[in-house]
Amino acid sequence: MASPIEQFQIKPIIPVINFTNSSLFMVGAVAVIVGGLMLATRKRAIVPGRAQSVAETLHDFVAGTLRDAAGEEGMKFFPLVFSLFMFVFTANMLGMIPGFFTVTSQVIVTFSLAILVMGTVVIYGLLKHGTHFFGLFVPSGVPVWLLPFIVVIELISFISRPVSLSLRLFANMLAGHIALKVFGGFVAALLGAGGALAILAPLPLFMAVALMALEFLVAALQAYVFTVLTCIYLNDALHPGH
Amino acid sequence: MADPTKRNGEDGREPTSSDDANLTARLKSLDARLDQATAQRTKITEAPSRSKSDSKALGQAFRLSAEFVSGVVAGGIVGWLVDHLFGISPWGLIVCIILGFCAGMLNLLRAAGLVKGARYDEKR
Repeated sequence: MASPIEQFQIKPIIPVINFTNSSLFMVGAVAVIVGGLMLATRKRAIVPGRAQSVAETLHDFVAGTLRDAAGEEGMKFFPLVFSLFMFVFTANMLGMIPGFFTVTSQVIVTFSLAILVMGTVVIYGLLKHGTHFFGLFVPSGVPVWLLPFIVVIELISFISRPVSLSLRLFANMLAGHIALKVFGGFVAALLGAGGALAILAPLPLFMAVALMALEFLVAALQAYVFTVLTCIYLNDALHPGH
Repeated sequence: MADPTKRNGEDGREPTSSDDANLTARLKSLDARLDQATAQRTKITEAPSRSKSDSKALGQAFRLSAEFVSGVVAGGIVGWLVDHLFGISPWGLIVCIILGFCAGMLNLLRAAGLVKGARYDEKR
């Protein structure tokens, strides 16, 4: 039986330029997004067809999330947020196809995305607000003798944001795919054992089917959570000291 | 419903005893009906939420544990950097991991909605 974590192994496809299966699926996700959206919006009909209304729904959904969290001026970050949402969502969904590689189950990928978000927050916040941006770390209504501790704790809390942002997505995808593989392995092992044990084989199969549904939910939910948190952090860059 | 009768009392006119008895009786029946309605509603909402609560709780567990762990990890990273920059190993790591625990707890409380945003006072 294959090991449950074998699916996360990175294998080089073109060793010369370090093009791995991970790179392949990242390129694949981008191709699916770009190709799908171009195809869907090709006609630019006033009354949208099926594909076009899916694209419009996605756009409105992300725009609504961003507006709720960061206000109307947050819309200048819409290209970034929409790209992030579509990439994470598509990568998660591509990972759900059996045999496919899940890009977001690699912590370095999710961490790069999180660093991109936090880099945007810090650079934009510093450019727009200057030193006023550091007011983010100085909460109001704290006794003076406590202030040094609180500022350090707030600073570490801020640094922990990209870590938690990446950790959450990565851990969810990793754990879900391992659980799926383990239950799938149970089916094969029970069938292989034969006799009375083979009769029990459908039980983990039902569990795997149920887990599959849960995983689709998690894949969509985690993409949404990543987007919402991105919007909340961008709101900090737009309005620090709230 | 209670407002107009209350205002009558405040105006100085004492409510008569028959009014009072009437009111208490009505309140009692209203209470009984409210209890019934809420009991029914909880029964209705509880039944389907039972099956859903597992995945919801799992999601929350993942979310909150990620918040806490990331605080400690970030504290460790900062401590390691401080040690390397100032050459005070291992004190930077020790102090910053402890502060990281505090930051993790803060993250946890914020994620759970027990501490509101960046404000520590109750003015908001």
